Amino acid sequence: MSTSVIVHRMNVCDIPTHNPNAWRDDLTKRFRDGHRILTLFGRRDHDRVLITAVLQAQDRSIVLSRSTVTPEFGYHELTSEFPALHCFERELHEQTGVRIAAHAWLKPIRYEGKTQSAMNEYPFYKIEGKEVHEVAVGPVHAGVIEPGSFRFMCLGEQVHHLEIQLGYQHRGVERRLLEREPTRLTPLVETIAGDTSIAHAWAYCSTLESVSDCELDIEVEAARAIALELERVAMHLAGLSGLAADVGFLQGATTYGRLRTTAINTTMRLCGSRFGRGALRPGGVAMRLPPDLLNEVRGNLNLLRRDLPIINECFLASQTVQHRLRSVGVLTEAQAAELGLVGMAARASGIPIDARQEVKSGAYKVLPIPVAIIRDGDCWGRARLRIAEMDASLLWLSTILALYPNWDCPRKRIGSLAPNQIAFALVEGWRGEVIHCLETGATGEVVHYKVQDPSFRNWMGLAIAVRGNEISDFPICNKSFDLSYCGNDL
Amino acid sequence: MMPVRLANLAALLVMPLVLTGVINRVKSLWSGRKGPPLFQLAFDVVRLLRKSSVYSSTTTPVFRIAPYVLLLTAAGSACVAPLLGSTPFVSFPFDFVWLAYVWGLGRMAIMLAALDTGSSFGGMGAAREATFSTLLEPALFFIVGALSLLTGKHTLHEALNPHLDGGPAFVVWVAALVALTIVLQVETARMPVDDPATHLELTMVHEVMVLDHSGPDLAAIQVASAIKFFVGASIIATLLNPWAGSETLAAASLNVAICVFVAILIGTVESLIARLKLRAVPQYIVVAIASGVVALLAAAWRAGGAP
Repeated sequence: MSTSVIVHRMNVCDIPTHNPNAWRDDLTKRFRDGHRILTLFGRRDHDRVLITAVLQAQDRSIVLSRSTVTPEFGYHELTSEFPALHCFERELHEQTGVRIAAHAWLKPIRYEGKTQSAMNEYPFYKIEGKEVHEVAVGPVHAGVIEPGSFRFMCLGEQVHHLEIQLGYQHRGVERRLLEREPTRLTPLVETIAGDTSIAHAWAYCSTLESVSDCELDIEVEAARAIALELERVAMHLAGLSGLAADVGFLQGATTYGRLRTTAINTTMRLCGSRFGRGALRPGGVAMRLPPDLLNEVRGNLNLLRRDLPIINECFLASQTVQHRLRSVGVLTEAQAAELGLVGMAARASGIPIDARQEVKSGAYKVLPIPVAIIRDGDCWGRARLRIAEMDASLLWLSTILALYPNWDCPRKRIGSLAPNQIAFALVEGWRGEVIHCLETGATGEVVHYKVQDPSFRNWMGLAIAVRGNEISDFPICNKSFDLSYCGNDL
Repeated sequence: MMPVRLANLAALLVMPLVLTGVINRVKSLWSGRKGPPLFQLAFDVVRLLRKSSVYSSTTTPVFRIAPYVLLLTAAGSACVAPLLGSTPFVSFPFDFVWLAYVWGLGRMAIMLAALDTGSSFGGMGAAREATFSTLLEPALFFIVGALSLLTGKHTLHEALNPHLDGGPAFVVWVAALVALTIVLQVETARMPVDDPATHLELTMVHEVMVLDHSGPDLAAIQVASAIKFFVGASIIATLLNPWAGSETLAAASLNVAICVFVAILIGTVESLIARLKLRAVPQYIVVAIASGVVALLAAAWRAGGAP
């Protein structure tokens, strides 16, 4: 199967299925051997719960491991030894009701289903003492941003502990995905996280194409990758503009903001939506690139490549911006690895994970994109990483457009889905790895659809990075991670 | 006397609007936008006056009267300030003490109002404001004291018109300009001390204290801030104005022009640099105190050396 994203398809019968204790031992052994968790989820299977773990070995191969447990008996938690699992175990507990024995922090992830009315009773961690004061921010914020509740325990101006309560954007995405015809879900998938439409759509298309044995032409792969990189450039511009505004650096705020318009308008000319909706469809792309449009896209890219270095220079050389961002919100490499951070935030802490480097075929194989790594782990590092990624993507875009200027491939039909298959797709979106996992039943019907946005794993990174910082620095830490609320809340 | 007072009154009515407009225009031009009209503040005030105020049920009358206390104290400070570089409305010995403490009274009112809301943001903003103003007060007194010593005069407008004869006097003059600029930035909540454009409650100082005010109350606060900026700018302008003290049209015009220049300068600083870390703001204010000490030493040295 040739594709530009990481896709792994397996017959359900071929997945090693263990009893809970053996499964736990298997995972423990693998994590100690350097495996990395990609996703872990469960679903109700009659009166039992079927748990699936997807891991990545050090040689980048993908491993699946399954177990069936009884909800009342459950299994003994793994989070205290492998903290990266904390969000998965919490989600598993919330979605399936399975008992996870001895878990220290089984707080709701997003208050799914019937518990939604209990959101006001979230058990925030409390610190008592004379000099401790508690600051609650949100869920309604002063800016036009998504809702999320932040609770700070402060000693004076210093943040001792931050707890983030999310779930206000929960829409029941995963349940809704099972209600419709599986080949017609793109419009829904594109709204999982509106700023990551392309990455989510691509992950969805890849899982479908994988279980229906649909091979795509390299031109289609290239067109999808171009849309994905345009999204990356646009969102990095938006993030830098926001970061500059938050530190009060007017020139950065306005210029990055202006250039973002150029980037999203380019996407709009390709697919009709500035946020990339309708760009990808299972079996192909819904974008056209006639010669006059190609010239326009090239013109826009040239404009970006001409103007960006000027403002980058201005931003990077500004002493006051550096002073404001340097050594603020530091997340060390060890912390990032332990928490299982992904994407941009992980790379800014020195962890070299980038799915675009790992693909064995497709657009990123034909024309590799250099990976940017920064070791500082602070807000300044994350800002510099975004600038570096943007530059790399723009250069890549100009070259790939010259290689594949013709996208006129007819869309392929998605045939019937093969029965008893599990398809896993991982796309490196601008924020990090977007993971979709689809499982079909005995007649080829979709029995489970798992969606995972990178924000789901990275929110805890923000909470840890803020510790010991001043509370007035929280907004820039938050902006530098630039996480999605709705991507987490589903 | 009468025409000067009338001119002062006219300046007090118009200049705060103009200076606020100039700062915003300068920021807009630096960021490549056209910017709002120069008199946008007037339109905003009219809009806010037509609205009603919303009060939280936890607040007491302190919250309601604070904006008007702030407005009155700002106007009170304008009475003793040389708005046009010459005689103010009222002038009496040591009137700069009045200026410093009516500002203090206004600040106290708005801090109490912020605490009155019971919100953690208001409390944080008030705590920050208290810290900064504690540091600012000595700077202001050192400077005015040094100028007073230099000129031998005890009223603000006369002390601001030193005779620059030789090195020490010049040192006092420069140090006073530095310190007064910082005083202006802190008192009127401008960058790099405070970001008036931010929407992030956790980083705010002055803005967060007025976050809960609305309608006419908010209008009073905005007008008070604009007046305070004009008072601060006119003090700097008088110090810079070579014709300060003369009640001529030329001197007054020059003073107004320098005020506009100060606004352009503040707007430019705000456009080109990022805001300081909150922890670094006290260090920035200490620069004003240090300048004040230098000015005081220089003035004392000159006074001691004089025949």
